[in-house]
Amino acid sequence: MHRDDLMTVHAHTPLPAAPGRAVRIGIGGPVGGGKTALVAALCRTLRDRMSLAVVTNDIYTTEDADFLRRHGVLPDERIRAVQTGCCPHTAIRDDITANLDAVDELVALHDPDLVLVESGGDNLTATFSYGLVDKQIFVVDVAGGDKVPRKGGPGVTRSDLLVINKTDLAPLVGADLEVMRTDAERLRGDRPTVLVSLREQPDAGPVVEWVTALVRARRS
Amino acid sequence: MLPVLLLADSRLPSGGHGHSGGVEALVDRGLLRTAEDLELFLEGRVRTGGRVVAAAAAAACALAEHAEHAEHADRAGWADWDAAVSARTPSAALRAASRAQGAALLRTVSLAFPAPAVTALRALPRVHHPLVLGAAAAAAGASPAEAAGLALHHVVGGASTAAVRLLGLDPLRVTAVAAGVARSADPVAAEAAALAVAAVVAGDPTVLPTEGSPLTDVLAELHRASEATLFAS
Repeated sequence: MHRDDLMTVHAHTPLPAAPGRAVRIGIGGPVGGGKTALVAALCRTLRDRMSLAVVTNDIYTTEDADFLRRHGVLPDERIRAVQTGCCPHTAIRDDITANLDAVDELVALHDPDLVLVESGGDNLTATFSYGLVDKQIFVVDVAGGDKVPRKGGPGVTRSDLLVINKTDLAPLVGADLEVMRTDAERLRGDRPTVLVSLREQPDAGPVVEWVTALVRARRS
Repeated sequence: MLPVLLLADSRLPSGGHGHSGGVEALVDRGLLRTAEDLELFLEGRVRTGGRVVAAAAAAACALAEHAEHAEHADRAGWADWDAAVSARTPSAALRAASRAQGAALLRTVSLAFPAPAVTALRALPRVHHPLVLGAAAAAAGASPAEAAGLALHHVVGGASTAAVRLLGLDPLRVTAVAAGVARSADPVAAEAAALAVAAVVAGDPTVLPTEGSPLTDVLAELHRASEATLFAS
C-alpha cells in the first residue's frame, strides 16, 4: 500500500495518522487457544479505522497467513510469514532478528499504525521480548481446563493483556470461569484480563478497546 | 578470545535458528534419516559450500582489518566481494537465505561490535552472511583463519541442530558427528583462509574458491516452493 492508499484509508477514520510510530503488539499463547482467530477479529474490526499489518510465526509457515487471506481480513502485502525452525519461542524472545526484519519491512512499505506479531503456538512459558513488541497479549482457552491461569508462567502472569477465550465451552468441559478469573487476577495484580468467546463475539470487543487505546496513546 | 566466542555461540541473535542449512529439504524427501547420513552430508558440505563461505568470511575479515580507519572502511569494495558470493551461490533461494541471515547478524553485531567495517556494511543493501560474519570477526579480534573457522562452525552447527529437531536424532550422537566433522573442517578453514587472504592481497574476489553442490542448490529451490516447511532454508 502506498501513501495515496493510506490517505484513502484514513479518510474513513476518526484517528489522525502518525507516520513511523506503529504500535507493535505480540500475540502469544498455547496451540489452539485462538491466537489466529483473535488476529483475524482484530483485523476485521480495526482495518477500516487504522492502517494495519501482521507478522505470523505459525510453524507451518504460510498457514496462518493463508487463513487471514482466505477470510479476506487483510490484503496479502500487509502480511509476512516468518519461519521459526521448530522454535517459535526463540523467534519471539531469544533471537528476534527475523521478526524485526519482517516488522521493519512492513513499516517501510505501509507505515502502519499497528503491527500485530502472532507467535507460533507454544506453551505457558512463551513470552515476547520487548525488543520486538511494545505490548503483548497472551491467549489461553477455557477448554484447556480452569487450572491454566493458576499454573502461571510469564505469559499468564506478566503479559500486558490476558485473554481467556472460548468461554462458551465452559459448561461442556466443566470449567469454572469464576475460578479462572479469580486466579488470573490474583497472579496478575493490576494487569487486565478479559474473558471472551471469539466465536460468539467475533468483533473481539474488549480486546479491540484495549488495542485502540494503545494506538490513541501513541498518537497523542 | 572471549569476544570471538560470542560469534560462535548458537545463542547469538542471528536468525540462524530458522535455517536448516539444507537439512529439512533432504529430510522431507527421505534422503537424510540417520546420524550417519548427517555425517556424510556434512563432510560433503564442508568441502563444497562450506569452503566457499569460509573463504568469503576470511576475505571479509582481512578486508575489515585493512579498513580499520573509518575513512577507508567504505572503500573496501564490499559490493564486488558480495557479488562474488552471489556468483558462487547459484540457487536464488540460498542467496536470499544468505542475505536474510546477513541482515539479521548485522543487526546484532552493529550494536555489539560497531567497528568501521561493520558500520560500512550497514550503508549497503543486504550483504551476504559470510561477509557480515567476517567483518564482525575482525571487530571481535579474530584472524581470517578464525573467521573461516566460524563460518564452517555455523555450517556444521546449523545443520546438526536442525537434524535433531526434525528427526529426533540423539543429540549426544549428533554432537559426536559434529566433532568428527569439525576435525576434518579445520584444514579446510586454514586452506580457505589462505586463498582468501591471497585474493584480498590481489584485490580480486574472482579468485575465491568456487566449489558447489548442485543437489543442494536444486533442493533449496524445491524447498522454497514447498508449502509446509519449518525452516526458511
